[in-house]
Amino acid sequence: MSIADKVVVRLRVNGEDTAIMAPPYKTLLEVLREDLGLTGTKHGCELGECSMCGVLVDGKPFLSCLAMPLDLEGREVTTIEGMPRGRELHPLQVAFAELGAAQCGYCTPAMLLTAKALLDREPRPSREAIKDALSGVLCRCTGYLKIFEAVELAASRATRG
Amino acid sequence: MAEFSVVGKPLTKPDAYAKVSGQTKFADDLSLPRMLYGRILRSPYPHARILRVDPSRAQTLPGVLAVLTGDDLPVKFGILPVSQDEEALARDKVRYVGDPIAAVAATDEWVADEALDLIDVQFTELPHFMSIPQALAGEGEPIHGTSNVHKAVALEFGDTEAAMRAADHVREDVVFFEGNTHLPMEQHAALAQYAADGKLTLWTSSQTPHYVHRALGKVLDLPMSRIRVIATPNGGGFGGKSDIFSHELVAAKLAIATGRPVKITLTREEVFYAHRGRHPVLMKVRTGFTRSGRITGMQFQSFLDGGGYGSYGVASTYYTGALQATTYAIPRYRFEGVRLFTNKPPCGPKRGHGTPQPRFALEVHLDKVAEELGLDPVEIRRRNLPKSDSRTVNWLRITSCGLTDCINKVVEGSRFLERRTSMPRGRGLGFAVSSYLSGAGTAIYWNDMPHSEVQLKLDRNGGVALLCGAIDIGQGSDHILAAIVAEVLGVAIDDIQLTTADTDLTPIDLGSYSSRVTFMAGNAAKAAAENVRDRLFAVAATALHCDAEELVARDRRIFRLNRPADGLSFAQVVQLAEGEGGVVTGSGSYTPPKLAGPYKGAGVGPSPAYSYSAAVVEVDCDLKTGEVKVPEVWIAHDIGRAINPMLVIGQVEGSVYMALGEALMEEQTFRLGLHKFPSLLEYKSPTALEAPVMHTYLVETIDREGPFGAKEAGQGPLLPVIPAVANAIYNALGIRIDEIPITPDKVLKALNARDKRVGPKTVPAFAFPPLIKAEVPPEWKGK
Repeated sequence: MSIADKVVVRLRVNGEDTAIMAPPYKTLLEVLREDLGLTGTKHGCELGECSMCGVLVDGKPFLSCLAMPLDLEGREVTTIEGMPRGRELHPLQVAFAELGAAQCGYCTPAMLLTAKALLDREPRPSREAIKDALSGVLCRCTGYLKIFEAVELAASRATRG
Repeated sequence: MAEFSVVGKPLTKPDAYAKVSGQTKFADDLSLPRMLYGRILRSPYPHARILRVDPSRAQTLPGVLAVLTGDDLPVKFGILPVSQDEEALARDKVRYVGDPIAAVAATDEWVADEALDLIDVQFTELPHFMSIPQALAGEGEPIHGTSNVHKAVALEFGDTEAAMRAADHVREDVVFFEGNTHLPMEQHAALAQYAADGKLTLWTSSQTPHYVHRALGKVLDLPMSRIRVIATPNGGGFGGKSDIFSHELVAAKLAIATGRPVKITLTREEVFYAHRGRHPVLMKVRTGFTRSGRITGMQFQSFLDGGGYGSYGVASTYYTGALQATTYAIPRYRFEGVRLFTNKPPCGPKRGHGTPQPRFALEVHLDKVAEELGLDPVEIRRRNLPKSDSRTVNWLRITSCGLTDCINKVVEGSRFLERRTSMPRGRGLGFAVSSYLSGAGTAIYWNDMPHSEVQLKLDRNGGVALLCGAIDIGQGSDHILAAIVAEVLGVAIDDIQLTTADTDLTPIDLGSYSSRVTFMAGNAAKAAAENVRDRLFAVAATALHCDAEELVARDRRIFRLNRPADGLSFAQVVQLAEGEGGVVTGSGSYTPPKLAGPYKGAGVGPSPAYSYSAAVVEVDCDLKTGEVKVPEVWIAHDIGRAINPMLVIGQVEGSVYMALGEALMEEQTFRLGLHKFPSLLEYKSPTALEAPVMHTYLVETIDREGPFGAKEAGQGPLLPVIPAVANAIYNALGIRIDEIPITPDKVLKALNARDKRVGPKTVPAFAFPPLIKAEVPPEWKGK
């Protein structure tokens, strides 16, 4: 392989339309991190095993390391950078910070987006539903408990008002 | 007025909002203009002689700017001064599948990968050694030098044979703990820049930037003053980023060779080869007891499967024998340990470094003895506990010890004694206890300088710049530093600006290993803050016409304790001090007391304080499949004092989680010289679905030498959980799995075995060196 030819890649990310030139074989993960500067999306294996690269596509959890950007034209991609509403953090982000649910912080972006997708479809999930929804995202620091508690706190705050 | 305003509160840590926003910059998140991508060619053979490395085809590939081979980096290195046996790129031999051989820098990763395929290497394969018995049998060329024995030690404190003869009951057990790995979610990454002025900067996901700094100076033959190492926040460490790694040295050399920034990020498969994880250890423990269950003496043997290089292995070897006597009062103690080289990725320190394996051995051993003596598992421990303010037979000084409280908490919380005899078959409870260091008492290289240093610089608006070499690996060390300084100066955590782990800017901290940061960097931070506070109080006392002793700092004010209205804002006092004497700075250092005993090998084990833990684990076993589930865990930890209880509980819960992974599923094993599971799918680790209910109890013993009385939290709570699982399975099924991990196949095998046991029966024949007969501390003489 020599120096790669590039094609136009059009994406809608965090509500903004964007077009860049990239080799056609670059994954969504690589385009987000390297071409769009959205380094909040992480990688842990690049084989679809750990979910560190999780983003939302049309509101659903999606592994960006297995996705080709050219397949995603017209779809809505959300990364951790798009999670706050303007300057206001999402209630899940606040709860994760307050309860110590982010230790090293590496799985945190994917964990938060996956939890957001859960709360968007099920505002007051049970502990079992939370465990089930987050079971694909590995975390080596927390033992998961503070993450469950943070999701529950965010859910209770969001539905209380 | 409450005793503290920051210490002891479950406050949000200073780096939390960056982390939940994805703004934290991990090493691979960094990019520089004109940056190149580096990749490393690794050995496909477990043991082979390198005949020739020809980079010429790779060098001509368009987009390739440099190719390095071993001859470009000929200086050997290693984390321990006694084990300088690694090369950044192997020159003569490769010693495990994954051993680095050559490296390229190219304009993109695909070109770099293609270039690796064009490097021609000729090997002659050698017989390989993949286990302790194979390494000892030694058929074929040894991995290093003339023998596969890396390190053998033999120590005795008092006459243990006499202690056995005097015992009413002697029991011997042989157990095995398979190796496993840290599996940090962030793969290691390093970015190097070599500027036109000849200055090298390396950003790296390292737990030990100071040691990386030293190794770069040695291997690159550059003065350390021309090298800057910046540790980036670690996306999980657990000990796996506390060594000197090939990719760090190679990225630096490629940056020098090309004059352009070079980044190397390991693939997940490469992280399994970088390893430095849990040693597989085969152990034999023999202990004498009185009829009433008091230990008379212990003989402990460990055989460590070290992998291809030394790494921390000499320390790991000693650690498998060091902490037996801090957990139990053992009057006579013999330890023999040997570490063997094998053709696997090098082993090193993983959470608990060298002590989870003997802890497993000892805690299942004690359970068996208790049954033979007709005691319950709790009572036999109670009869052998160490005392606060005491010294072990191997000269380890114990200050505070909250083990009795820890035991009470978990035994009562779980109703262990009532429930363990009344559960249905397949369900059971297990119990175990442990102790761990609050920081290694000696540095990795011998010197008399402090282990941690902190500098403060006060801003005339009341802000406080805090500089320290410590690196946050997720454990919350940034918070601990900020909280301690905020407490002493009476400001808020938000007023503290942290600069950490930058060898150009920050004074030394030896690194985030051996559970040392809260204790050592915390003490340095406290000393620095007190130093600054003294100056502020002197100025304020003059302004307020009172004695400095009357003053307190709280709520961003400095005021008279008995007349709170009589005071100045913190910023006003800083301005007065700055006007009087110029820039307001202060520094503090921490050097642990010299605690090593009078014998060779005494440098491993001493710590200024030991944490204590106790755990009860409940298991639910499936008799058909052999699967073991853990629905509930009770764990108590003697933290000394919790600077931030929320973060401490986070460390405890994370330790329990990691222990359960090790106990039940995680293993780093090999077939035909190849790693069986170098991926996140095949290397099994617990998910959210396996998370048990956890009851965490913090016991505060207020250690007299810890900062505000604090001790460690990051490693100790892992230790009792693994043997508690094994003991619970015995309680549930009457089977003994004397081998970690306890996978379903072993459970089924034991259920069908005549002796209801799976595990090793003997240790190999090995001639340990003659015993070093160390003197026994005076208080143990005649006991």
